[in-house]
Amino acid sequence: MSDIRHLIDISTLTVEEIDALIKTALDIIENPAKYSEKCRGKKLATLFYEPSTRTRLSFESAMLELGGSVIGFSEAQSSSASKGESVADTAKVISCFADIIAMRHPLEGAPMVAALNASIPVINAGDGGHNHPTQTLTDLLTIYREKGRLGHMTVGCCGDLKFGRTVHSLIAAMSRYEGVDFVLISPEELRVPENVRNDILKANNIPYRETESLLEAMPDLDILYMTRVQRERFISEADYVRLKDTYIMTPDKLMDAKETLSILHPLPRVNEISVAVDKDPRACYFRQVLNGKYIRMALILMLLGVK
Amino acid sequence: MLIGTIVDGIVIDHIPAGRGMELYKYLELDKLSCEVALIKNAPSEKRGKKDILKINDIIDLNFDLLGYVDPGITVDIIRGGKRVEKLHPELPEVIRGVIHCKNPRCITQVEQELEHVFRLTDREKKVYRCIYCDTRAK
Ligand SMILES: [Zn+2]
Repeated sequence: MSDIRHLIDISTLTVEEIDALIKTALDIIENPAKYSEKCRGKKLATLFYEPSTRTRLSFESAMLELGGSVIGFSEAQSSSASKGESVADTAKVISCFADIIAMRHPLEGAPMVAALNASIPVINAGDGGHNHPTQTLTDLLTIYREKGRLGHMTVGCCGDLKFGRTVHSLIAAMSRYEGVDFVLISPEELRVPENVRNDILKANNIPYRETESLLEAMPDLDILYMTRVQRERFISEADYVRLKDTYIMTPDKLMDAKETLSILHPLPRVNEISVAVDKDPRACYFRQVLNGKYIRMALILMLLGVK
Repeated sequence: MLIGTIVDGIVIDHIPAGRGMELYKYLELDKLSCEVALIKNAPSEKRGKKDILKINDIIDLNFDLLGYVDPGITVDIIRGGKRVEKLHPELPEVIRGVIHCKNPRCITQVEQELEHVFRLTDREKKVYRCIYCDTRAK
């Protein structure tokens, strides 16, 4: 193996590396012109085996704003994958054309296979329900920009905490900072899985509590991370109907919230945050999208070793 | 009878009772042309019962595999009818191509030629996880 750096799993980044990425992103925001030619002549290949337009465009605009260019495909039908080429072979071939890969794949572990076979850096842009490290980096940059810090706060996670991979990664990432405690807000059947509770929260003595009530939790929160509660996750339709409105954010639910609360959502939303909340200054989710582009710019620079 | 009469060969001892056949398959001992004996449920001081494998030849053994099955296993190398070495396999960091990932959403389920690789993530609890999807090995 060579010393090419990839980003497959957020846990392989140290706190110092995450801090450095955030610092670079903040500098990009302050001085965009300084970075507009940094990747001149470099190519990003976006290999999207399933459509995720928002993530793909975020990567592509990040590379374009660094002065680089973009090649790639979206959806397996339009690529050699539909002819049965292995991920390993595709990674070797694309290594001849591009300088860095961003890969989205419906199967867990596909970007790891690419990383083991590519001769250029590979970024995991989401592999099924497994990892999505650039989403977590986006969340961390957003929290930092909204709060001016990453420690000493109460983080509420609301909705589907069982299957929501972005929530698991965020809990793992935020647990590494000092003075963070969690309020886990979900219906009984969608509580965080055992491994998150035991291996992350209990293992590191992180204070947390679990509740079914968003309203009850609201006054304590500095951050509220919303996720979607999907109908198909419920065993009975009756439970879904009973609970669905409980986890939909509406302006009246913000009555008891702190003035300084920040509401995040990995987007796209369906109905879990009502449009009426968008006007509230505490709604950060569209600023979050923009942060996603900046942190991806910082990540591309880091992995390409561009100073 | 092979038992007790090896001149040059290997005795894999202290195999947890009932797992001798599994190890026989993992080590592909069926492919050997020399004599091989599997002794089941032999009396053991430590465990009550144990399995033993005797191989009437000195072959290359996959020690990672032995360590994975049970780090309590011992390997005696016999030369000229005498034990010349007693080896203790260790719990391996990485195990390749032996255990298979059961996660239906794992890339290894679709790409059949990919080698199944597991990494030790918790030595105390003996937890191995698929390097691709992080699913825990059974
Ligand atoms: Zn797997």
